[in-house]
Amino acid sequence: MSAQAQKRASFADYAPAATGVGTVLAFFLIMELLVQTGMVNRFIVPPPSEIIGSFGRVIVEEHVFSRFLQTLIECLTAGVMLTVFGVAGGVVMNRYKLLQQACETWVAAMASAPIVLMYPLFLVIFGRSAWTIIMMGFLAALPPVILKTIEGISGTRKVLVNVGRSFNLTPSQQFWKILFPAALPNIFVGIRLGLIFALINIVGVEFLINYGGLGQLINDLAERYDLAGTYAAICFVILVSVLFFMVLEKIERWLRPVD
Amino acid sequence: MSDTPNNAILKADHINVRFETAEGPVIAVDDVSFDVRPGEFLSVIGPSGCGKSTLFNVIGGLLGSYQGTVNVAGETINGPHQSIGMVFQEESTFPWRTVTDNVAFPLELTGMGKAQRIEKAKHFIGMVGLKGFENRYPGELSGGMRQRVSLARTLASEPKILLMDEPFAALDEQTRLLLGDKVLQIQQELKQTTLLITHNITEAVQMSDRILVMTYRPGKVKRIVDIDLPRPRTSEIVGSEAFGRYVAQIWADLREEASRGMREQEKHVMDEAPQG
Ligand SMILES: Nc1ncnc2c1ncn2[C@@H]1O[C@H](COP(=O)(O)OP(=O)(O)OP(=O)(O)O)[C@@H](O)[C@H]1O
Ligand SMILES: [Mg+2]
Repeated sequence: MSAQAQKRASFADYAPAATGVGTVLAFFLIMELLVQTGMVNRFIVPPPSEIIGSFGRVIVEEHVFSRFLQTLIECLTAGVMLTVFGVAGGVVMNRYKLLQQACETWVAAMASAPIVLMYPLFLVIFGRSAWTIIMMGFLAALPPVILKTIEGISGTRKVLVNVGRSFNLTPSQQFWKILFPAALPNIFVGIRLGLIFALINIVGVEFLINYGGLGQLINDLAERYDLAGTYAAICFVILVSVLFFMVLEKIERWLRPVD
Repeated sequence: MSDTPNNAILKADHINVRFETAEGPVIAVDDVSFDVRPGEFLSVIGPSGCGKSTLFNVIGGLLGSYQGTVNVAGETINGPHQSIGMVFQEESTFPWRTVTDNVAFPLELTGMGKAQRIEKAKHFIGMVGLKGFENRYPGELSGGMRQRVSLARTLASEPKILLMDEPFAALDEQTRLLLGDKVLQIQQELKQTTLLITHNITEAVQMSDRILVMTYRPGKVKRIVDIDLPRPRTSEIVGSEAFGRYVAQIWADLREEASRGMREQEKHVMDEAPQG
């Protein structure tokens, strides 16, 4: 009885993950069928089996792992910068209301602007280097971090602020002991969003300026018209993002054990 | 019984508060004066919306603009006073801290060492009956338990005056009575000067030395009632005849105020109705 209950519980634990994987598999199967029956042109979308088959080639000949590492490092660098400058920016804007009133709309507008298009400017400033890529990823991802930080701090429940006041906290204690921890869940959402933006822009700029990690590889393979290889490389980009978010979720859980 | 201003530890003098709202000014507290003696348990009771929380904020030093003065141990306050510890009406535990860390919060501010802090926090956690929950987060506790955490946190700062705003208002009657016992016990143990804000008559009579009854809009002092019931008290006293008399007396006062409040609110609704 209890063993059965345990079994059921463990199935329930894995059910979401299993369903997720199952959905992906089903999608591949359907694509395979569509391509094999000729309903989808195989010169536009190669059959998934061919993509999987080219994984080995992409790994060995195209050194996909070192590319992968390069993209990952760019993302992490941008991520660290984002966390430092984005959170600090949000804090400063929240602290000086005039600044917030003046800039919040701009920052929000920046969030939806296609910053990738500014890449020639960055090429001029930073040259054809990893810094161009990192800075673009960083800049594109800054708005959500700033906005979510502001939202988190100003959304702190008033009674918690009053608790701090009733204990005679200094302004800096008030910030570090109450406002900041209260805002952390929101800040994390901001950083997560920011990293998504950063990854998209980093791979995009790599592709555009034909430099660096996975983006450049995709560019190369596409130019060689190696479609299966291109899609295989795209799979690796997805892998980076999945890894990223798994790690982030772990950190978040660790920092915020219970709501 | 009458005014003994010289040994009062807390003295509120002609407090007036008005709020400017879209519908015009609201007088929330109207010329309220009273004092609290050392070791005394004073309750402020009044119908919902009569200005109790506003008064609480004034005494706690959280409200900026009001008229009148509040004296704590002879000093006129100007912002939160370190002799006053506040327990709020709303849920106010820190969700990112464990029970121990919540309760140790005020100790942390004094720069006390970690081991000593935890030791002392444990003591207060035991006092509110939360032994065994030291390492839980507020999210893992019931509403009543969280309120006790808030109470323990404030007690840990060892305030000269404990100021509570309907700390148990959101709880069911049984839990409220049992927590009332706890508060009484703590109050008797620590000889804690306490100012309790409540709208619960039983709670007020059970715990207080004196009860200040407030009127509804504007919030004035209607009456101050001395409660001459023997101490130590427990919730058992609720069944006694003397207790019943006090409840009836205060209820008569409050019913008048509460029904006037209801009438005014109804009238307000009626006045608005034709436009809608
Ligand atoms: N910040 C504010 N601005 C405008 N009006 C306010 C403000 N705070 C309170 N009031 C008004 O002042 C009156 C008293 O409010 P208060 O919160 O002190 O009541 P209360 O006695 O604590 O009620 P309850 O028992 O429901 O908590 C109410 O009519 C309320 O609408
Ligand atoms: Mg209130």
